[in-house]
Amino acid sequence: MSAQEPATFAFTPDYLALAKQFVAKYPAGRQQSAVMPLLDLAQRQEGWVSQAAIEAIAAMLDMAPIRVQEVATFYTMYNLKPVGTHHVQVCTNICCQLRGSDDIVAAAKRALGIEFGETTPDGKFTLSEVECLGACVNAPMMQIGDDFYEDLTSESTGAVLEALKRGEAPKPGPQCDRQFSAPEGGPTTLTGLTFGPEKA
Amino acid sequence: MLRDQDRIFTNLYGIHDWRLAGARARGDWDGTKAILERGRDALIEEVKNSGLRGRGGAGFSTGMKWSFMPKQPGPRPHYLVINADEGEPGTCKDREIMRFDPHKLVEGALIASFAIGAHASYIYIRGEFVREAQNLQAAIDEAYAAGLIGKNACGSGWDFDLYVHRGGGAYICGEESALIESLEGKKGQPRLKPPFPAGVGLYGCPTTVNNVESIAVVPSIMRRGAAWFAGLGRPKNSGTKIFCISGHVNKPCNVEEEMGIPLKELIERHAGGVRGGWDNLLAIIPGGCSVPLLPKSVCDTVLMDFDSLRDARSGLGTAAVIVMDKSTDVVRAISRLSRFYMHESCGQCTPCREGTGWMSRMMERMVTGDASIEEIDLLEEVTRQVEGHTICALGDAAAWPIQGLIRTFRPELERRIHARQASKTSAA
Repeated sequence: MSAQEPATFAFTPDYLALAKQFVAKYPAGRQQSAVMPLLDLAQRQEGWVSQAAIEAIAAMLDMAPIRVQEVATFYTMYNLKPVGTHHVQVCTNICCQLRGSDDIVAAAKRALGIEFGETTPDGKFTLSEVECLGACVNAPMMQIGDDFYEDLTSESTGAVLEALKRGEAPKPGPQCDRQFSAPEGGPTTLTGLTFGPEKA
Repeated sequence: MLRDQDRIFTNLYGIHDWRLAGARARGDWDGTKAILERGRDALIEEVKNSGLRGRGGAGFSTGMKWSFMPKQPGPRPHYLVINADEGEPGTCKDREIMRFDPHKLVEGALIASFAIGAHASYIYIRGEFVREAQNLQAAIDEAYAAGLIGKNACGSGWDFDLYVHRGGGAYICGEESALIESLEGKKGQPRLKPPFPAGVGLYGCPTTVNNVESIAVVPSIMRRGAAWFAGLGRPKNSGTKIFCISGHVNKPCNVEEEMGIPLKELIERHAGGVRGGWDNLLAIIPGGCSVPLLPKSVCDTVLMDFDSLRDARSGLGTAAVIVMDKSTDVVRAISRLSRFYMHESCGQCTPCREGTGWMSRMMERMVTGDASIEEIDLLEEVTRQVEGHTICALGDAAAWPIQGLIRTFRPELERRIHARQASKTSAA
């Protein structure tokens, strides 16, 4: 448990409305299925998932608090203690490692002045090591908040983080001149297409 | 090489409009009502005849899987669950389908659900794909608004609801029964089989779980015909496939190609070749991190399909091609995978929970050579104790890369151990 545990938790009216929409996606009596979306909503509202939030969600979904606790601790995306405004997660799995994630990790640590698992003193950045995020042909990459920053170099990693420090919103996606997952320099396929009905 | 007009994922690179208008211009949602009017049995037969094998890694016949669902709906509703929990290191294909061609998945979900008698389907997308989930939801909203899904979908008389469910960052939820557990709001721990999901799946109801790519190719198979799909690739390994080429190539990329394309041609034609030239190649993991690596000698000639790679003692898996050139510390690379499996083991089965930790710690010592020669055999023995002794295939997946390493690179492991021992002796 985190030292900053609040005594209570309640969804704001907007988040509560979203929560009800999620519960409605599942058949009657199967409201437990909404536990993951609700944990995500609580985290979006507060920045992390507190014990009070776990208990509030358990009450909403008619679950034993320990069952919500199990889910919250099983999945890595739920932060059970506060994280910085920007949660920087650098992938170090095999494809990123082969493309130089050691350098990206070093650049991120240098730019933020912290190690993995730490938060900057101003509370703006938390740095984490993360397992494969599924952008392997755009390696090396990192996720910040909801966005992927891909095809990184030491320089572009530093540039993205410095821009965030200045309060800017750096452009997500490939940080080099490239059309998403197409080969650099242009696609080798889909160049001669005319669209229309599909035929055998 | 596959002709452009035979490619299914025509917006793979996000160049064109991914929304409904753009999707329709590319041929999606064309005659969907007429497809449904062919009837359940005809649709299942068409997919069977196409030879489509599951694109999530196991390569099981999709049509066969559909046919396992009860023919007559009983009191329990049927469900289609679409596995979009893409997390196999090296794999990043479903992401592109969901953000750039989401209507192929939505239309495929309708057709597949109709074929298995399901009025509802859930797409379980990995939680980190926030933007992809947003595009997918937008496509679903468009389809509802246009009457393509929802009540009386496409005017077919069939009611169909489609929902997106975001995961929470657990690789194991890509295993179909763990995914179902997770979708029910529990820890993602795999179930014992049998019963199989077709009998007892989501909420205890008959359920089919299919990969995103498997579902997204269905509308094209229906429109162009099973014979067209079956005519691509090789017998029993038919159709097209999105390959993800990563690692030490000049131009990493995703590309849709014909099944059975030679590995060397795939890399040289689309990924700009191996860094430093083909002769600079050390090894390739051909199907995502769970399959054994191939030495260069095999890569020279092997074909990229299920049966060819199985015969080469590896696997097509998710068709994620991870290329390693001669600069690679191959022991460290495999060791990183061992750490991944340790992190992702769900903890349910003892051989996997304990074994992945053991294997990871031994692999870390193999990287530095801080081991004895006998421990190579011990490590191999531990992988055999894990393999086949767990509820799901994560234990196997953790074992195989190490087995592949020992099989192919035992001299390198021995060299490191001897070098380490020599440096210790000279230091003393």
